[in-house]
Amino acid sequence: MTAATALQAAFGSAIVRSAVSCGDLIVWVERDRAHDILAWLRDTAGQEYNYLTDITAVDYRDPERPLEVVYQLRSLARKADLRVKIALDKLGPLEVESVYDLWKGADWLEREVFDMFGVTFRGHPDLRRILMWDTYAEGHPLRKDFPLRGHFTRAEQTRQALAANPEAHYSIEELTIAEAFGELPEDVRRRLAHGERGRVK
Amino acid sequence: MTTRTLEMALATPSLDAQGRPTRVPLGVGTTKGDPADEFGAEPMLVNIGPQHPATHGVLRLVLELEGETVLRCIPHVGYLHSGFEKLGEYRHYNQIIPLTDRTDYLSPMANNVCLALAVEKLMGIEITERCQVLRVIACEMSRIISHLVWLGTTGIDLGAFTPFLWSFYERERIYNLQESWTGARLTTSLTRVGGMMADVPDGFEAGLRQFCQSFPKTLDEVDTMFTRNAIWCGRTQGVGVIGHDEAINYSLSGPMLRASGVDYDVRKDRPYLGYESYDFDVPVGEHGDIYDRYRIRLEEMYQSTRILDQALDRLAKLKGAPVNVSDPKVILPPKSRAMSDMEAMIFHFKQVMEGVPAPIGESYMGVENPKGELGYYFVSDGTAKPVRWRIRPPSFINLACLPRLCEGALLSDVIAINASVDIVMGEIDR
Repeated sequence: MTAATALQAAFGSAIVRSAVSCGDLIVWVERDRAHDILAWLRDTAGQEYNYLTDITAVDYRDPERPLEVVYQLRSLARKADLRVKIALDKLGPLEVESVYDLWKGADWLEREVFDMFGVTFRGHPDLRRILMWDTYAEGHPLRKDFPLRGHFTRAEQTRQALAANPEAHYSIEELTIAEAFGELPEDVRRRLAHGERGRVK
Repeated sequence: MTTRTLEMALATPSLDAQGRPTRVPLGVGTTKGDPADEFGAEPMLVNIGPQHPATHGVLRLVLELEGETVLRCIPHVGYLHSGFEKLGEYRHYNQIIPLTDRTDYLSPMANNVCLALAVEKLMGIEITERCQVLRVIACEMSRIISHLVWLGTTGIDLGAFTPFLWSFYERERIYNLQESWTGARLTTSLTRVGGMMADVPDGFEAGLRQFCQSFPKTLDEVDTMFTRNAIWCGRTQGVGVIGHDEAINYSLSGPMLRASGVDYDVRKDRPYLGYESYDFDVPVGEHGDIYDRYRIRLEEMYQSTRILDQALDRLAKLKGAPVNVSDPKVILPPKSRAMSDMEAMIFHFKQVMEGVPAPIGESYMGVENPKGELGYYFVSDGTAKPVRWRIRPPSFINLACLPRLCEGALLSDVIAINASVDIVMGEIDR
């Protein structure tokens, strides 16, 4: 029994459809049941997809088409691969359940998808930008509505980079560890607390 | 069936009940606020990088220390972000190859091979036998040079300078071969969809054969220098330990995963390029510490030499066989034909101007890169440019467990642990 039919039997209508592309099995699942399905795939005997190869997302050129969050799973014991996809309507909230509780490896991968596509992972312990800096204000670079060179002009980008204050390199959490937060001037503290790091009006 | 064991016959003076070298970091076991514990009562913040030689690139680590013990490690990445994935969406498939050179820049040829394989999977192209052998040679040469850089720099991080000179001398010999083949030392752009940029030049096989003969001697010397060296063992054994199940849970791959005793090598478990027909062993560790990672990388270099030897034998048998597939829609015609033959000129024009369209669909191709499993995931909407080009970066995912590895370690161990992950920032930040 392939993973697709087993999933169909166990979850019924939560399995939207399945397909094979270039020899890889792909299963589309409903957003609200995705976490249960992934946990089931990991823990059920006969499936044992215990290795999370990758999490990513795909934004299609067709603006009508939903954005997809893609999980590449692998069963190390059975040497089998499975791709699980969640389709997210771009008009609705781009939100899925985090799988950090299932795989610790999802930590940075989910942060990257959040950073690049703006998909929020509910339950992720530390959902921050990862490749772009915290104060990056131009949006999510891998979305198709994001122009190749960014939304701001080169001059604006340079101005912001030059205006960034040194405290912007540390998060509030880190400054608190160093007990340096309390020693900062009042206006800097206020700016940091309001998340205005790196930008000077 | 090949054996997959790595002998761990080493006696260290202090071993715990499980036979694992013991090490208790400073500050652990003392209660907070103990008046006798004057040092390490207050946590301290230390910033390492992004401009620091021991972080192997522009990695920045913020460490919370209690005395010399790391309570928490917060890595910051992204300083080298170049947006390769976004750029790839604006390029024809063959035009993406130069971008792959610059991701994992310590093994550019292996990246080129992975990209070609992913696109060929997407387009359903069967490559020729000689091309497969050439690509195996490219992959294994890359594995050796990447591991040599790792060996040299990690040695320097831990205070051993001599093996650095040996390994870079050997690396230079491979780089010379690579240069004679591709014309470049780093930006190789070796493969093309459906074939290779060039066949190996005259004298290449003899040069590589000579390398394969003398290189294991250098490895033996490194082995003598490191494997039973008391300082090396003391700095690496039992440091940065991650267990079998946890390593899988953290999605580690490559030597990092195998050091923890997980027997997973893409070349064996999901063979590509005919790796199943080569005779080689996959070393697997058991302790999951830095020392096991070192042993595994060292052994992998021996095994790569074995694979190269076999590949050279096959290459000699396939002398004169075609390298590229014979599909004029995919492979550019020779310039002389494009200038003299009408049909060839049309194909040349269409390929250069319009690119090679891929059918609607998607493909994920994972290969065993020196750092771990490199995966390229392509989504195509039927045009000549991909909708999405995703790099599954092995060192990015391996680095994500650094906070876990550093917890409770000493500050000086952080450098050793970070070195043992074998990161390359070009790939992490992409």
